[in-house]
Amino acid sequence: MDGHNAGLLAFAAAAAVVPFLLPNDYYLTVLIVSGLYTILAVGLNLLMGYAGQASLGHAAFYGLSAYTTGILTGTHGWPVWAGIAAGLALSTAVAYLIAVPTLKLRGNYLAMGTLGFGIIVYIVFNEATELTGGPSGLTGIPKLNVAGKVFSSDREYYYVVWGAAILLFLLAQNLVRSRMGRALRAIHTSETAASVLGVDTQRYKIFVFVLSAFYAAVGGALYAHYVTFVSPSTFSFGTSVLLVTMVVLGGMASLWGAVLGALFLTFLPEWLRAIENFDILVYGAILIACMMFLPGGLAEGAERLWGAAASLLRRAGAAGRPAGGGSAG
Amino acid sequence: MTAASALLQYVISGATVGSTYGLAALGFTVIYNTTEIINFAQGEFVMLGGMLAVFALRWGGVPLPLAVPLAVLIVTAVGVLVNRLTIRPVQGRSPLTMIIITIGVSILLRGGAMLIFGKDTFSLPAFSQGGPIDLGGATLLPQSLWVFGITLLTVLGMKFFFDRTLTGKAMLACACDRKAASLMGIHVDSMVTLSFAFSALVGALGGVILAPITLTAYDVGILLGVKGFAACILGGLGNPFGAVVGGILLGILESLGAGLVSSGYKDAVAFIIMLALLFWRPSGLFGSARAERV
Repeated sequence: MDGHNAGLLAFAAAAAVVPFLLPNDYYLTVLIVSGLYTILAVGLNLLMGYAGQASLGHAAFYGLSAYTTGILTGTHGWPVWAGIAAGLALSTAVAYLIAVPTLKLRGNYLAMGTLGFGIIVYIVFNEATELTGGPSGLTGIPKLNVAGKVFSSDREYYYVVWGAAILLFLLAQNLVRSRMGRALRAIHTSETAASVLGVDTQRYKIFVFVLSAFYAAVGGALYAHYVTFVSPSTFSFGTSVLLVTMVVLGGMASLWGAVLGALFLTFLPEWLRAIENFDILVYGAILIACMMFLPGGLAEGAERLWGAAASLLRRAGAAGRPAGGGSAG
Repeated sequence: MTAASALLQYVISGATVGSTYGLAALGFTVIYNTTEIINFAQGEFVMLGGMLAVFALRWGGVPLPLAVPLAVLIVTAVGVLVNRLTIRPVQGRSPLTMIIITIGVSILLRGGAMLIFGKDTFSLPAFSQGGPIDLGGATLLPQSLWVFGITLLTVLGMKFFFDRTLTGKAMLACACDRKAASLMGIHVDSMVTLSFAFSALVGALGGVILAPITLTAYDVGILLGVKGFAACILGGLGNPFGAVVGGILLGILESLGAGLVSSGYKDAVAFIIMLALLFWRPSGLFGSARAERV
């Protein structure tokens, strides 16, 4: 086992213990939501951070999967596993159909293309009232159940969501360290140079786009069977922007950054509830300050903090010896 | 109403709303050209223009002909302040970092507007008295004439500024190559400040001229910003003329969508056609396909 997997294992162990340390169940809910956002942010970071392709419409894939499984299981009585499978299949299929023409666009044009797609899907959620329940939403979605086991308590669902998040993180980690990951980074640096070197850029871009939509779809299906209710506002343009913010604030091309970004931006509004009315102002100010003072995102900030702590420890350990200390990154 | 006059009606009302999209798009373009930043707070400038005029009139008792320029002036100052406080201190960072900063700014401005003005919807009186004008069976509001007139004057003014004045040319030079411009003795910082002032100004103008027709509220900036961004992409990012045409085109598409398809799907219709146009011309209608340096 190498360093990468050791880090993830430590994280998984910590995640397993956390529910026993929480003062109340309210935090469990927030952690479940941040777990869902972690799945979405890790997927989006594969697309944005590694392959350098922007998406301002990821909430659409999140929503398509949530609505599909919600409608099939809630309205039509399908078993939950079949609903989820259909949700994942539909979301990724739509992603593929969209990816083929859209990924020919570059930079800000790509951002606009995905934004437009996201808005169209959002409007359909609102307007196809007979199917989706319209602006007031779709109720009566069953709780997650697998082979007769119903995951009804928050604690059980916490393990489901974070288990999925850690598995998908592992998949992403292996991907970015593979030949595929190197190809994606090459595309990020220069698409033309990558294609000259024999990287089939369009194929890789489509693959990573569809994969990141799959991550969003997993998040959406888990969301629908947790909240048991879906409404369009959850999958609006604002959510797409929030996801992009999580990725950039966390740290581009850093999977741990995506986790940090998702956790931070889910917990921050909860902490700010205490200063009602002014919470939105402080939220905006904190976002600006973080981006101004941590150019590499939260991941870099955490790394610096870790480095400073490590060098402090080392210095303390080396006290008395003449040639102590060292250069910490 | 005949089919032809109905069609004319859709085009008129679409072009009216589209003018504001065009002015917002112009704001995006000016900032993009000097900094490569997509300013997510652009829609909030548009919102602030309308809201400040409403409140200068209501609270301050300022007469309308003064309230309008006052609102535009204050928003321009806000634009300068945004640049000074959040963009200039971190210049040289990647455009993406700056874009997220502007997302923070937009949250801040929207939240501030909500606290100060409340969550209600407001309207501004029309700039001039008088009933609607009949135009081949379609009606034209006098306010639409103000909208078209002010938009046209703004575009002509911009064109004069960029083509004929030294400062305008200096700004264009920054757009071409920042470093070269600075080596030629152009003060790039001032040009960036100017671009923020300009884009806040035209955004606020767009907001204030539209406020008498559509209502305004603290949260209208999000959608206006999205439409403005869509318009400048449709026209070809970086091209001021394309931005305004893109805006008017988007407004007309939307209005036709609402009239001929359904009002609920009007934005969907507009965006589907926009995506089709983008797939057909990936650099926008008036954008030039730029050769990429490897």
